[in-house]
Amino acid sequence: MKITVKVNGVAYTHEVEPRISLTHYLREILDLTGTHIGCDTSGCGACTVTMDGKAVKSCTILAVQADGSDITTIEGMANGNEMHPIQAAFKEHHGLQCGFCTPGMVMTAADILKNNPNPTEEEVRHGLEGNFCRCTGYHNIVKSIRHAAEQINS
Amino acid sequence: MEKFIGKSVKRREDARFLKGAGKYTDDIKLPKMTQSAFVRSPYAHAKILSVDISEAEKAEGVVAVFTAQDGCGEYGVPCGWQVDFKNGETMREPQHPLLAKEKIRHLGEAVAIVIAESLELARDAAELVEVEYEELPAVTDPKKAMEEGAPLVHDQWPDNAAFDWCIGNDRADVEAALATAHHVTEVEYHNQRLAPNAMEPRSYIADYDVNADKWTLYTSTQNPHLIRLLLCAFALGIPEHKVRVVSYDVGGGFGSKIYHYTEEALLTWASKEIGRPIKWTSDRSEAFLTDAHGRDHVVHSRMGFDKDGKIVAHLTDEFCGLGAYLSTFAPAVPTYLHGTLFQGVYTTPLIHLNVTAPFTHTVAVDAYRGAGRPEATYLLERIISKGAQEMNMDPTEIRLKNFIPPFDGVEQPGYQTQVALQYDSGNYHGVLKRGLEMLGYEDFRKEQKEARENGRLLGVGFSTYIEGCGIAPSAVVGALGARAGLYEVGQVRVQPTGKVSVYTGAHSHGQGHETVFAQFVADKLGIPMDDVEIEHGDTEQVAFGMGTYGSRSLAVGGSAIVKSIEKILEKGAKIAAHKLEAAEGDLEYAEGKWTVKGTDKSVSFGDVSLTAYVPHDYPEGLEPGLDFSSFYDPTNFTYPFGTHIAVVEVDPDTGKVDLKRFVACDDVGNVMNPMIVDGQIQGGVAQGVGQALLEEVVYDEGGQMITGSYMDYAMPRADDLPMIETDRTVTPCPHNPLGVKGAGEAGAIGSTPAVVNAVVDALAHLGVTDLQMPLTPQRVWKAMQN
Ligand code: FES
Ligand code: FES
Repeated sequence: MKITVKVNGVAYTHEVEPRISLTHYLREILDLTGTHIGCDTSGCGACTVTMDGKAVKSCTILAVQADGSDITTIEGMANGNEMHPIQAAFKEHHGLQCGFCTPGMVMTAADILKNNPNPTEEEVRHGLEGNFCRCTGYHNIVKSIRHAAEQINS
Repeated sequence: MEKFIGKSVKRREDARFLKGAGKYTDDIKLPKMTQSAFVRSPYAHAKILSVDISEAEKAEGVVAVFTAQDGCGEYGVPCGWQVDFKNGETMREPQHPLLAKEKIRHLGEAVAIVIAESLELARDAAELVEVEYEELPAVTDPKKAMEEGAPLVHDQWPDNAAFDWCIGNDRADVEAALATAHHVTEVEYHNQRLAPNAMEPRSYIADYDVNADKWTLYTSTQNPHLIRLLLCAFALGIPEHKVRVVSYDVGGGFGSKIYHYTEEALLTWASKEIGRPIKWTSDRSEAFLTDAHGRDHVVHSRMGFDKDGKIVAHLTDEFCGLGAYLSTFAPAVPTYLHGTLFQGVYTTPLIHLNVTAPFTHTVAVDAYRGAGRPEATYLLERIISKGAQEMNMDPTEIRLKNFIPPFDGVEQPGYQTQVALQYDSGNYHGVLKRGLEMLGYEDFRKEQKEARENGRLLGVGFSTYIEGCGIAPSAVVGALGARAGLYEVGQVRVQPTGKVSVYTGAHSHGQGHETVFAQFVADKLGIPMDDVEIEHGDTEQVAFGMGTYGSRSLAVGGSAIVKSIEKILEKGAKIAAHKLEAAEGDLEYAEGKWTVKGTDKSVSFGDVSLTAYVPHDYPEGLEPGLDFSSFYDPTNFTYPFGTHIAVVEVDPDTGKVDLKRFVACDDVGNVMNPMIVDGQIQGGVAQGVGQALLEEVVYDEGGQMITGSYMDYAMPRADDLPMIETDRTVTPCPHNPLGVKGAGEAGAIGSTPAVVNAVVDALAHLGVTDLQMPLTPQRVWKAMQN
């Protein structure tokens, strides 16, 4: 099937197999390997991207379902060499270790802050419910997101 | 010159990860690369009656299908450690085939590999492989595996035992002391099986280059050189100098990516057969079935106390499951990484541990963050707290009474334990005192009392742990059965312009070596951090190495680099003396330059570097160049310790445990980067809390896994945890040049018993003295009703 999607501001048209997921499309066809695969039961959030401004787990969406949509992946967050405030906060507050969950965390964080520009610790933790991190114990991820909120608001 | 040791320098590796530009194995694409899928057994124990690949071979896009009949890797993957029976009989070591031939011994064991042009086509064709099985009864519980008539994992061994082992004082002496003890506390439980669950699933690409007759294996491993050695010398018998193993970015390991797995050997073999690169990336379901698990000890233990609460003796029997085959480190985990910690931080005069280690019809059990030490700590810290409860003592008082007095390992000698090892340095009182201040212990007890009066269930739990890491002195581990040395290699190459490339055999899969190692190299050389680059993870760049596990990177790998720096400065001094026309003994090195003492005559590191590579005016007889490699073999393990304190509230209606606070005061020796040490502790604590409250791999009687996905295996999520409060005391390691002890595993080792002790404390007035992990609401609620 033929699909047209906008990814990180660039429009693409591709012939794709109906069974492939959006994650597969991003990683294998567009070579955007920043979006990761951590599970096969939509439980880990490593594959999170935003689709028309909303965070989605790209492994649960077929590429054909993304036809006509506007996708942002982790590769689209920075402005050239200048990191997005969420990315900068993750670096400043050691919100990542192995980095594997990180793209999903950053994209989920963007969604959390879009809907709630000034979340409490509890609200951040709640917002991260769909994302596993096995390295950080979430401590510094929560800290990073709350500091990112401050930066964005200031 | 700015100094970096001890500062929370932000990580250099973060930019690439944050931009989605990390290079994990599955991100790599090679020209002409094929994809693969495995046909895996749906049974835990079965005879293979027939395998029919004819349909699969004909399927669209299939390049090749291989089974055990194709003669792949006849040796199988090896085990790296040998622990013999107490009676001297050699450890029973089954062959671990790359593909099962006649018999299946655990769920998910691979029978065939299908290689195709795409992953979808490989998976489609794998469905077409017809395997006929005859299912057999299985045994998955380590204690049951040793019972009469239990199904046999390997038919040639009639009782499933791989080995048995003991450590400590004479059993009869320990029994005798228990018989006359004032009070004896007893525990019986299962230290449950866990799945490590690094977020990046295992991934491999094998690429055989027919023209060069060379292999490249890209692999998500914690120790590329070790994999190359095991692959070449054992699994495939191929020449080591023709194999390059590369492991760029690795998404977490926690032990599960130490081992040499069958899939990486099989791919390497098959790549030569088909003459093309092959990729395999595990999906999460396969990871649950095939990544080595952790823990799985069935424990019975008794501790005797005198009337003042002093420990007089400790006796333990354990059944420790190994799984169907012996994984790389497996025999060391329930023995030398476990029994040697039974002294804890206490002066216990008599200790005996007896271990029986059987095969079971499960995937292998091996090191998982802490490896044997969390199991030892859990036992000690649970049983001493239970003892205090039974004797009506405060859990901190009983600990203070039994602590080994402070010793620095310099003025005071190291502490000789009853279980072989000698501790390097410790101050267990200091770290408990600081932990109690952080908690506000007295206030907490008041709050708890009030809460109880209002029907709320608050509890506090302690764990004053010690662990052994900085693994390990080669001669010691060799005597204990290790088949490899455990030193580390560090090369420091000064470039002609004075810029420095460091090659380490340690491997970072989240620990931040690129930053931390550069910090101390810059300080020791007195040059900017920007002038130092750290390279790791490629056998073609790094001369050799043993990799990262056992909290060894800085203590062992860092020390190897320091040794090379010393050699650089020694040779540099000769060149500097020549340039300054001074005697070497009159020079001092600081701030990146050699100065003639008491003068302002000096020459910089950069000048000396250039001279070393452009040796026109040069000391006679000295070789050009400034490039040294060192092997560092530690003289002892290192022994970090700490106090972990959990505060919980139990819901009286549902039994749900809410972890309200977690206080961790650790002593990991000198600290290079506090931000990174805190991060290691926080992450480790989360895993330890996971074991206490949430996680367990469950196999049913027939060997089917009931917890094979994130729907059933409960890992901690962000809202299961509080902020982790961390602080430190500093007792330097006396025997390595950086004075560091290691911080990678401490969090996971110390935390688990603190949480369980806290929940028992919350319910103590209801008569609860013990609980089986994980502390699910159902278990806690039930305990409250009895
Ligand atoms: S890969 Fe999408 S949720 Fe795990
Ligand atoms: S940083 Fe490793 S999984 Fe989150």
